[in-house]
Amino acid sequence: MTPAQLEIQLITAVTAAACALVGVFLVLRRSAMLSDAISHAILPGIVLGFFLTEDLASPVLLIAAAGTGIVTVAIIEAVGNTRLVKQDAAIGLVFPALFSIGVILIARFASGVHLDTDAVLLGDPAFAWIERFSVGGRDLGPKALWLMGSILVLIVGFVVLFYKELKLATFDSALAAALGFAPIALHYALMSLVSVTAVGAFDVVGSILVVALMIAPPAAAYLLTDRLPVLLGLAVGIGVASAVGGYWLARLLDASIAGAMATMTGVLFALVFAFAPERGLVAQARRRASQRREFARRMLLVHLLHHEHTPEAERECRVPHLQEHLRWEPSFAETAVRYAERTGTVRRAGDRLSLTATGRTAAQEAMVE
Amino acid sequence: MADRFAVDVADLTVAYRDQPVLWDVDLQVSEGVLMAIVGPNGAGKTTLIKAILGLVPTAAGRVLIYEAPVPRQRRRIAYVPQRGSVDWDFPTSVLDVVTMGTYGTLGWIKRPGKEEHARAREALAKVGMAGFADRQIAQLSGGQQQRVFLARALVQDADVYFMDEPFQGVDATTEKAIVTLLQNLREAGKTVLVVHHDLPTVPEYFDWVLLLNVRRIAAGPVAEVFTNENLRQTYGGRVPFEPQTVQPPQAVVSQPLTS
Repeated sequence: MTPAQLEIQLITAVTAAACALVGVFLVLRRSAMLSDAISHAILPGIVLGFFLTEDLASPVLLIAAAGTGIVTVAIIEAVGNTRLVKQDAAIGLVFPALFSIGVILIARFASGVHLDTDAVLLGDPAFAWIERFSVGGRDLGPKALWLMGSILVLIVGFVVLFYKELKLATFDSALAAALGFAPIALHYALMSLVSVTAVGAFDVVGSILVVALMIAPPAAAYLLTDRLPVLLGLAVGIGVASAVGGYWLARLLDASIAGAMATMTGVLFALVFAFAPERGLVAQARRRASQRREFARRMLLVHLLHHEHTPEAERECRVPHLQEHLRWEPSFAETAVRYAERTGTVRRAGDRLSLTATGRTAAQEAMVE
Repeated sequence: MADRFAVDVADLTVAYRDQPVLWDVDLQVSEGVLMAIVGPNGAGKTTLIKAILGLVPTAAGRVLIYEAPVPRQRRRIAYVPQRGSVDWDFPTSVLDVVTMGTYGTLGWIKRPGKEEHARAREALAKVGMAGFADRQIAQLSGGQQQRVFLARALVQDADVYFMDEPFQGVDATTEKAIVTLLQNLREAGKTVLVVHHDLPTVPEYFDWVLLLNVRRIAAGPVAEVFTNENLRQTYGGRVPFEPQTVQPPQAVVSQPLTS
């Protein structure tokens, strides 16, 4: 691995970790779409900041753009509070307007400088290492790494320091307010961090990938745990795995790194979605199948008990009759009978079915329920 | 002590745009009173609690808790929001939710430690949920969720309790347990205000009642103000229930809803 390759992976991993941390709170607050809004609406802030500083990694630009993010959230809330449009529609109304202002500003005034719409939307981690941070002629590494590293430290500090307050305000903002914990101030502090992260990350990964990194890893982690500290750790882990995995996928396919990273967030989410131990699709399907089997067994036992020792038992208590009486497909009847046999509740002689002692007790219990 | 009120509300008015939700409400509650707040849907019961706690902007009025404004008395106030107001899929445990009741005394930044968790466990035991401390909150039934919320309020160890529909959607056992709990709080000299929906149980459970429909219709001891006339005024002539005038609790019989 060349130093540049290592640096690219470091930059994307740090970016992914920062995005995942703020993303957890966005997902838990059910305002995931705010990340989309903020990451787009900061564009005019970036353009104006760029006019002022001519430097994409300047702190002034960062602050200007983050300010736009806060303004965006405030406008969305103001529009939503009129109750003339719903909150999600308010998001959809506000951010394209701000984003388009940014696009027009670039087209009108910034043609010819190093700032174009493609770069803003997609970014390119491949070049993120080129601009260096040096003090007194000594090279201290890529500027992007320093920038995203500082943002990550800021976020970690905020989350660690205000963990208790963030948790309370996210879970029960009314109690947070009643206890005097200023949930609205916390909300805006969090939105500022989302904005700063989005601005810092857009140059590396582009504004669309920022959304993928903020939402997919926390959403996947949410399916794997029911403890918030674990959720935060898992989200960061999945984010970093997407970043590093995406880098190598891009090399393998000779494709865009940003694109491959976004793909990886989707792939990892899909894997978790399907195979999460308790909440995944497979686990759910298994649970449903076993419930269905259990219910079928109970129906069978009760049916047999009902006709036990009666004149029509000869006719009723036969496998083929189950198809008619319980309206079971032949294959399902076979599965249910086998399952009942395996659990020691039913005996089969040819087609003829009868209850075992255990089966009789189970049937009687099932009737009581 | 006669005129030292635990809760003292004067001229409280809340409006959404130009529509009053609460209109000029006065309320004085003495220490050690267990009071029901009743009224039809949209009467402003929840809004009253939220306005007292400063959670919604007020258009006019003044609120004192033990003769001081609410922001200075937050440590002495416990609040149980409606169970449905939070996301029970939130990734956390029962113990953690109850521990949130200690956050007020902890203040900013400081984390709950052993002592706080011990207090939370104690409160869980008081509501009969000691065995549930490590459960994920999503696994709780409605009644259990309500008990967890009450335990969280108990941990706050406050002097004045505001509860928004603690009986909503709970089973009979939990209802009994909550009533006992409320009465224990009163015995301990706490003041408890409860938004309540089930009119027939008001005389049995509470000693005071506030009848509210945007305006205050009446407030005072149940025996004096929980009358047919006041209920008719509160519910606009469609009283869902006829109180037997000041009989022992068992004499109160629920009537089917009429409209």
